[in-house]
Amino acid sequence: MSKAPAELKYAESHEWVRVEADGTVTIGITDHAQEALGDLVFVELPQVGADVSAGKEIAVVESVKAAADVYAPISGKILTVNDTVTDAPESVNQDAYAAWLFKMAPSNPAEIEALLTADAYLTIADA
Amino acid sequence: MPQKTLLNAAHRALNARMVDFGGWDMPVNYGSQIEEHHAVRNDCGMFDVSHMCPVDIAGPDARTFLSRLVANDVAKLTQPGKALYSAMLTPEGTVIDDLIIYYQNEQLFRLVVNAGTAVKDLAWMQACARDWGMQVTMTPLRDDLSPGPASALGMIAVQGPNARTKVWQVFPQLKAAIEALDPFFGCPVGNWFVGRTGYTGEDGFELMIPAAETEAAWNALLEAGVKPCGLGARDTLRLEAGMNLYGNDMDETVSPLDAGLAWTVAMKDARSFVGREALSTRGQRHQFLGLVLLDKGVLRGHQKVVTAQGEGEITSGTFAPTLEKSIALARLPIGVAIGDTVDVDIRGKLLKARVVKPVFARNGKSLV
Repeated sequence: MSKAPAELKYAESHEWVRVEADGTVTIGITDHAQEALGDLVFVELPQVGADVSAGKEIAVVESVKAAADVYAPISGKILTVNDTVTDAPESVNQDAYAAWLFKMAPSNPAEIEALLTADAYLTIADA
Repeated sequence: MPQKTLLNAAHRALNARMVDFGGWDMPVNYGSQIEEHHAVRNDCGMFDVSHMCPVDIAGPDARTFLSRLVANDVAKLTQPGKALYSAMLTPEGTVIDDLIIYYQNEQLFRLVVNAGTAVKDLAWMQACARDWGMQVTMTPLRDDLSPGPASALGMIAVQGPNARTKVWQVFPQLKAAIEALDPFFGCPVGNWFVGRTGYTGEDGFELMIPAAETEAAWNALLEAGVKPCGLGARDTLRLEAGMNLYGNDMDETVSPLDAGLAWTVAMKDARSFVGREALSTRGQRHQFLGLVLLDKGVLRGHQKVVTAQGEGEITSGTFAPTLEKSIALARLPIGVAIGDTVDVDIRGKLLKARVVKPVFARNGKSLV
């Protein structure tokens, strides 16, 4: 069984979303996603400053065996990316919820509300 | 429903991550593919290869039949036990399968063919034997194809610098018979068959074990600390070793001469074999070489390679744990030279790669 902390929101495309106190959001890939991919060896993160729309492919994670797109779970501007993960992709395997990928300023807060709860996500992920 | 090997329950008991591999429910890893890879390069690991199919070719025409059937020349098999790697070709000179032939005696040769091609291979071989009026019998020994449970075999590959001593430790009854076995030889030991062969670039054995004993043998190796390794590590190990994978690097659309297998095609004398005329007519159209990615990223099969001599294609690519770089096998235009820098199209970006000999690591060491 993969882990999905209850305080986070989730996209069906296997990203997690944490709303910070200042209204920005932090985004990563789920434990289920890292487990399915296996040992990660390469991460390509979005351009800081880019405006992205929900559902768009904006990053790539590659394991030894496969490449997977990471989608923007919500629309908004990319504020910062986690270079630590680019240098050490395996940190996502070690703790997918600590090794965040990028932070965004959301442009449409209603999209956050529409994301999945942990329980709803796990129902899909572990199906 | 995908097919299951004799060790399916053992993989599940180890919480392996299972995938459908060419119609077989197989372990891709048991946790970390990279750790499994390093275990084989530095110590000892084991793979369930029971999905591959041993086939005994027996009878007075066994050698004549194989001489005509495969592209390498079984005349090279003079010492009992010696193994030969070969491609089996269509009349059009493309690859039906790649296989190993162990010579046992003039009446008996043991082949090992790939999992997904076994049924097709058997049908082809039987048709050839019939057409050529050969006195041979063909007996597949994988459990789903064998004539009965008594003849069915499971296969476990134990690979790595410590593989031989581990196998002797766990199966002391094998030691006397296989201690002097040279690389690329195999021999029967009671109702087992042991080949000093593999698909990793490391020393080791491939153990063919009666079906009823296979799971106990796996568990005995496990208890002795041999690390179970999945198909993920098997792929990175074989790619570092520069070994082709059927279905990726060659298939029925590809000539062995364009897939780096010219060294296995014996055309020096006048021997007639299936596909020979087509190979002579067509010649070599591509080179099969290695790539090491210089930029950050991961090379994958089907990516386009852009060279000064034209375009080529990656047939297998991965991240290589021993090299800590991304590597690939690629079909490239004639004229591209080892040492050249070429571009690889990865998601629309052209990244730099260096052309190398298609052997990246052997016996624990990087060669590039």
